[in-house]
Amino acid sequence: MSAAVSYVPDSAAGLPISLSRVEKSFGRLNVLANVDLEIPAGQFLAVVGRSGGGKSTLMRLIAGLDAPGSGRVEIGGRKVGRLHPSVRLLFQEARLVPWQRVIENVGIARGPDWREKARRTLADVGLEGRGGDWPSVLSGGQRQRVALARALVSEPQILLLDEPFGALDALTRIEMHRLLEGIWADRGFTTVLITHDVAEAVALADRVVVLREGAVALDIGIDLDRPRRELADPRAVDLQRQILDAV
Amino acid sequence: MAETSVAGYAAGETRRFDLRGLGGALAPWFLPLALLIVWEVAARTGLVTARLMPAPTTVAIAFWRSLLNGSLLVHTLASTQRALIGLLIGGGLGFVAGVVNGLWKPAETLLDSTLQMVRNIPHLALIPLVILWFGIDETAKIFLVSIGVFFPIYINTFHGVRTIDPQLVEMASVYGLDRGALIRRIILPGALPSILVGLRYALGFMWLTLIVAETISATSGIGYMTMNAREFLQTDIVLLGIIVYALLGKLADVATRAIEKRVLAWHPAYQARQGEER
Repeated sequence: MSAAVSYVPDSAAGLPISLSRVEKSFGRLNVLANVDLEIPAGQFLAVVGRSGGGKSTLMRLIAGLDAPGSGRVEIGGRKVGRLHPSVRLLFQEARLVPWQRVIENVGIARGPDWREKARRTLADVGLEGRGGDWPSVLSGGQRQRVALARALVSEPQILLLDEPFGALDALTRIEMHRLLEGIWADRGFTTVLITHDVAEAVALADRVVVLREGAVALDIGIDLDRPRRELADPRAVDLQRQILDAV
Repeated sequence: MAETSVAGYAAGETRRFDLRGLGGALAPWFLPLALLIVWEVAARTGLVTARLMPAPTTVAIAFWRSLLNGSLLVHTLASTQRALIGLLIGGGLGFVAGVVNGLWKPAETLLDSTLQMVRNIPHLALIPLVILWFGIDETAKIFLVSIGVFFPIYINTFHGVRTIDPQLVEMASVYGLDRGALIRRIILPGALPSILVGLRYALGFMWLTLIVAETISATSGIGYMTMNAREFLQTDIVLLGIIVYALLGKLADVATRAIEKRVLAWHPAYQARQGEER
């Protein structure tokens, strides 16, 4: 793939994220209570938890879409104010613009040489030659691939994923996992994946954090060899059980 | 509003393509043709008074004669010019007001309730006032047309801008689009189906207003042509004027459909239709 040539992996490709004593509430509802979390540069972190456990709020704080009630969120040692230009976010829905063709969706922010960059990134996600299509003709998996390309085209240092594979069928989801893992290994950006799928978390992440009632209930390293093709690996099964117990 | 009408056109189109073959293609013309024949026979045999309802052939001859002496063209151009100037002014203002009120809450607070109130006044009721203000020259007619087209465009533009998917707007801000790019690439194209619905309504109001305005006071235009013909009991010319209005209205409709087909190519309803044509 051309990706290996165009995006030389290096340690500076990711930025560290730091949350200290972060607290966020909506009205009287306390969504995050005193969360401390250090995410080193280039780490693939999965955040697991029940719905309403504060996962999405955590992500919105890192993305700069919301501000914490108290505490600090830092990216690369600097406090997050507005949206950080090297942070990209993949939503639960692909959120493609229906009246822009695939390539225009990927290069939504335009900028110099956007068409060429978008074309290359589309090839990286396995959609070579689909740039001229309308989003409405794509399948759910293809739409998320376009959304992934849109996130990757600006070469982000942090990629946030908010359950982007939740709506896909099982086979497409596994395809997307491999694609994401490959690109992440290639480029080395820091990744935070929000999911309620424990198997997905164990299959992809270096580390899994369980959020329960707005607090970190478990913080566990996943020290399995990559790529993780073996679904029935007893160590993976054991890790999944530990995580499930904490959720 | 936009959604239902787009789906509606697509459904109508499907039905037409299901009826294949020559018989199917001619079927819609059968009733008008039959009516024309009945009308012709009735006029010829004196069943209806030819002076009140001249035969189709008489109207056709009137058409041919007014085409040859150039009067039809002159009057049609005069009407079309008024219609388009009115559409440009009223539609342009409606569009701008719709976008501004849709995007900017203070403007909506200030303007929208007033506009909604004014909207409920039938604009043709303003004719006496308009004549007092502007006299009976061009300004009066263009003013009336402008008011007639303003509201459908305003309301549909406002609605289109307001119903943009907020998730897309959030995505655009996460991906670093500035306000200008957001309006150009997300908001206006997203509001376009609704704006085009407004345009279609506006075109209807445009001709309607013009007909009334021209019959009241004018020295040119289709409305003047028919009113003048009435004075001299030229019923064939009156009928011709009505037919020309119908054709102009149809033409405007065809033009908007062509625009819709072109600029809404991304819309699933239009893609499905292209698929059937292949």
